[in-house]
Amino acid sequence: MSPSGGTPGLIKGPVTPLPAFRSLTIELTERCNLNCVHCYINRPDEDRRSRALELSTADWKRIIAQAVDSGTLTVRFTGGEPLLRPDFGEIYRFTRKLGMRVKLFTNATLFTPAVAEMLGEIPPLDTMEITVFGMQPTSYEAVTRRRGSFKAFRRGIDLLVRHRVPFAVKGVWLPQNREEVEAFESWATTLPGINEPPAYSFFFDLRTRRDSKAKNLVISGLRPGAESMVKFMSRRRKTYEKETKQFLERFPLRPMGDVLLDCGAGHTSTIDAYGLLQPCMLIRHSSLVVDLKRLNLREALHTNLDRIEKVRAHDPRYLQRCARCFIRNLCQQCPGKSWSEHGTLDTPVEYLCQVAHAQARGLGLLEAGEKAWEIEEWPERVDRAWIGRT
Amino acid sequence: MASSVRLDDVFSPSQDIVCRNIEGELILVPIVAGMGDLEDVLFSLNDTGKAVWNMLDGRTSVENIVRQLTDRYSGAPSNILQDVLDLIESLLERRLVIRCKGHP
Repeated sequence: MSPSGGTPGLIKGPVTPLPAFRSLTIELTERCNLNCVHCYINRPDEDRRSRALELSTADWKRIIAQAVDSGTLTVRFTGGEPLLRPDFGEIYRFTRKLGMRVKLFTNATLFTPAVAEMLGEIPPLDTMEITVFGMQPTSYEAVTRRRGSFKAFRRGIDLLVRHRVPFAVKGVWLPQNREEVEAFESWATTLPGINEPPAYSFFFDLRTRRDSKAKNLVISGLRPGAESMVKFMSRRRKTYEKETKQFLERFPLRPMGDVLLDCGAGHTSTIDAYGLLQPCMLIRHSSLVVDLKRLNLREALHTNLDRIEKVRAHDPRYLQRCARCFIRNLCQQCPGKSWSEHGTLDTPVEYLCQVAHAQARGLGLLEAGEKAWEIEEWPERVDRAWIGRT
Repeated sequence: MASSVRLDDVFSPSQDIVCRNIEGELILVPIVAGMGDLEDVLFSLNDTGKAVWNMLDGRTSVENIVRQLTDRYSGAPSNILQDVLDLIESLLERRLVIRCKGHP
């Protein structure tokens, strides 16, 4: 049909360019049937107050229909444990039948034959992520603090395999299961469709509701030290080097100034269990939250995107350090982390700074004792390090 | 290989997909399992693909589609015919369209 038209074609795969409001994370509930030691959000499954405040099935359907009208292509259902809601199947079906791709974050302990069958027949189209807390009942339940949860998790996995539902498993690197990394990775290779070693969570976020100093103390106590974390991250040296290089080609090493939210927040957003739109799963700062009971989703997305683009750092410590730091893209520092640690958007998080510096030393970018924001000849450092070479 | 698509065939979108127009891009979202060749994925159509897709309306025959496209585009009619047949084959193979009449 050339030259004006070109051959008519069917293109398989990702949509380009990405839609403006490409994906939405929906926290269907903050309640969970497990009680994990490291969790940044969980509330007890029987928490009546939370349950009473959660959006109804009809509310979610209204919001999801508005998301379709806004051009959203992917909805990620998370929690708490999203399958705790008895209407999960109804909301899932509704979402998929409107032409949305669904990503599901779950602990897999609540799958029933009916839900697994539904996911087999109406596939999510995006890989479901199942968090694995241990490979033995003792280690698993030392994390989840729920007797019988290991058995329920294995039953859930079996159901998904039987119904040919694609999924990925993700580890949580905790003191309770650190001896089981090999066993976990070896088990993962036996699962259908899993060809890569699993990813892990190890930057444990503090409570995003900022609701419990006691829980925050426990969570921060579970974090590995900066050097051990980097050792763990780089244990497969070649893969680590390849992935780091690829990452830094996309997000180059350079100071980022006072811009805080350049992570895609606003194009991807989160709706909490009670109908509040926020930039991501972590940030619940009142200046960046919109109540969807008062505003249509499309208007709310535009309103928040405008606000997000204007957010700048003001904290002198941030401006002195993070804004001038050339390893900023190696660092997990972000307004979300700052919010959960300090209740602000722009206070440096010491722990993350330590990890980024340890990583930079491992990459040959810094010497012991150096602070990355004080290095004026950083472009030469980047060129000299192996990550700077083509 | 000879095409299984005939000129008097009429096609319409499968009920097992949702067709979405997002910022000008036509995206076909499978609803049921087994429409992709490995995992189930999304599909989109380029501009000329969209022109064909919009005529797979359960009424317009392949012959009619080719005629309309020949009027609109500058390629040789035989090339346009082949392009349309190839696209429809590809849509049929993935069960993104169904045949409304013609041979089964």
